[in-house]
Amino acid sequence: MDLLIPGFGLFFWNTLAFLLVLFILAKFAWKPILKTLGEREKGIADAISSAEKMKGEMSQMKSENEKLMAQANEERSAMLKEAKELKDRIVNEAKEQAKAEANKIIADAQVQINQQKNAAMAEVKNEIGSIALEVAEKILRKQLATTEGQEAYMSMAADSIKLN
Amino acid sequence: MRCKSLFSLLIVAFGLFCLTNSVFAQEASAEPVAAAAPANGGEKKLDIGEIIFGHVGDSHEWHFFEIGEKPVAMPLPMILYTKDGVKVMSSGHFEEWGKDPVTGVVKSNSHEGVHIEKGMKEKVVADDGSEIYDLSITKNVLSLLISVVLLLWIGFSVAKKYKAGGATKAPSGFQNAFETAILFIRDEVAIPNLGKSKHGRYMPLLLTLFFFIWINNLLGLLPGGANLTGNIAVTLCLSLISFLVMVGSANKHFWGHLLNPPGVPFFVKIVLVPIEIISLFIKPVALTIRLFANILAGHIIILCVISIIFIFAGLNKFAGAGFAPISIAFSIFMFMLELLVAAIQAFIFTNLTSVFIGSAIEEAHHHDDDHAHEPESIEIMM
Repeated sequence: MDLLIPGFGLFFWNTLAFLLVLFILAKFAWKPILKTLGEREKGIADAISSAEKMKGEMSQMKSENEKLMAQANEERSAMLKEAKELKDRIVNEAKEQAKAEANKIIADAQVQINQQKNAAMAEVKNEIGSIALEVAEKILRKQLATTEGQEAYMSMAADSIKLN
Repeated sequence: MRCKSLFSLLIVAFGLFCLTNSVFAQEASAEPVAAAAPANGGEKKLDIGEIIFGHVGDSHEWHFFEIGEKPVAMPLPMILYTKDGVKVMSSGHFEEWGKDPVTGVVKSNSHEGVHIEKGMKEKVVADDGSEIYDLSITKNVLSLLISVVLLLWIGFSVAKKYKAGGATKAPSGFQNAFETAILFIRDEVAIPNLGKSKHGRYMPLLLTLFFFIWINNLLGLLPGGANLTGNIAVTLCLSLISFLVMVGSANKHFWGHLLNPPGVPFFVKIVLVPIEIISLFIKPVALTIRLFANILAGHIIILCVISIIFIFAGLNKFAGAGFAPISIAFSIFMFMLELLVAAIQAFIFTNLTSVFIGSAIEEAHHHDDDHAHEPESIEIMM
C-alpha cells in the first residue's frame, strides 16, 4: 500500500516543475511554434486557392485567345478576299481605260488622216484642173491659129445652133 | 533503438549480476529464494522483492550498481522541514543500515535527529517521532529536474528554428519530428475534442502534458533511470492540474447537466446526481492510477523477468545460465512494449484530459441525451 500513498516532497517538486515548464514553454515555445504552424497552413491554403484561381484565369485567357485567333483568321481571310477583289477591279479598270484611250487615239488618228487625205485630194484636183485648162488653152490656141481651123470651129458652132 | 535497448538490458543484467554475485558465493545451500525476509539473520539472501521495490521506488541517493559489496551511488541533497526549522544535509550521512530488532524495519543510522526507514519505499523519520516534511532532492526529483531541463532545451531549440525560418521555410531535422507530434496533438487530440474555435487556449497545457509524460516515461526506461511517471505523487499532480483546468473552464451547461439534469424525474435525480458527482471526481483518480499503474507495472515486469535468471541461478547455476537467453529475449520484448507504452500512455493522458475539458466546455445542443457518453467510452480503453 505504501506505493499508493503519494509522497509530499515529490508532489511539491513536481507541481512546481510542471507549472514552471508549462508557463515557460507556453510563452516561449508553444506560442511561436503554433503561430508559425498556423501561418504556414494559412499560407499553403492561400497559395493553393490562388493557384486554383490562376488556373481558372489561365483557362479563361486561353479560350479568349482562341476566340481572338479565330476572329483574326477570319478577318485576315476577309481582308485577303477584299484585296483580291480590289486588285481585280483596279486591273480591269486600267484595262478599260487603256482600251478607251487607245480607241480615242486611233479615232483621232483616223480623223487626221482623212483631213490630210481630203486636203491632198483637193490640191491634186486643183492641180489637175489648172493643167487641163492649160492643155486645152494650148490646144485651142493651136487649132484656132489657122483659118481652116477657125472656119471648121465656126461651122461646128453653127451646126450646134439649130433653128427650130 | 533495438541495439540501444539490448545494450541497456545488458547493463541492467550486469548490474543485477554484480549485486547478487557475492550472495551466491556465500550461499552454500541452493534453497529457493523467497521475497520474504531472510529467516536466519546472519546469512544474506537474494531478496527479489527488495530489489524490485528498490528499483521502482524513490530514494534519497542515486544508486547505480554495486562492486562486490560496495554500492556505487550518488548521494543527493536532503531538504527537511522539521520542528526545528529547515535542515539541509547530504544523504551520504546515512550509510549504516540495519534491521530494527523491535519492529523488523530496515533503518539507517541517525543524523541530526532523523533517520531513514526503508519499507516498500524510503521514509525520513524523526528520531523523536515528530512530523517531518521531506522536500529532499530525491532520485525522482533529480530525474524530474533533468527532464525539465531537457524539455526546456528541446522546446527552446525547436522554437528558435521556427522563429528563424518563419512560416515559409519547410521544417527540417528534429524540428520535423517535433512538428509531427505537435500536429498530432492538435489535429487528433485537441480539435476533435475541444472544437476548432476553443482548442487554442488549451493547446499549451496538452502539449506540455504530452511531452512531459513522454519524456519522463522514456527517461524512466533508461538503465539506472528513476521511475518518475510510475510514482503516484507525479501522476496525481498531473491529473489534479488537468482536473482543475477542467473544473475551472466548465460552463453553465456542464454544471446544469451535472447537478440538475433536465428531463429526469425527481426520484431518478436523487440517484443520478450523486453518481454524476462521483463520476466527476473519479475522472482525475482514473487518470492518476492509469498512468501510474501502467508505468509501474512495466518496470516491475522487466525487473521480474530479469530476476528470474537469478532465482534460477539460486537453485542451480546452470539453470540460471540456461534460462538467461529466454529471460533476456522476453525482457527485450517487454522493453519494446514499454517504449510503445511510454508514447501511448502520454497520448492517453493527454487525450483524456482534452476529452474531460471538452465535456466541460461543451455548449448546449439539440441532442440533450448523448452528451455524456463520449468520455466514458474512451475511458474504457487502456
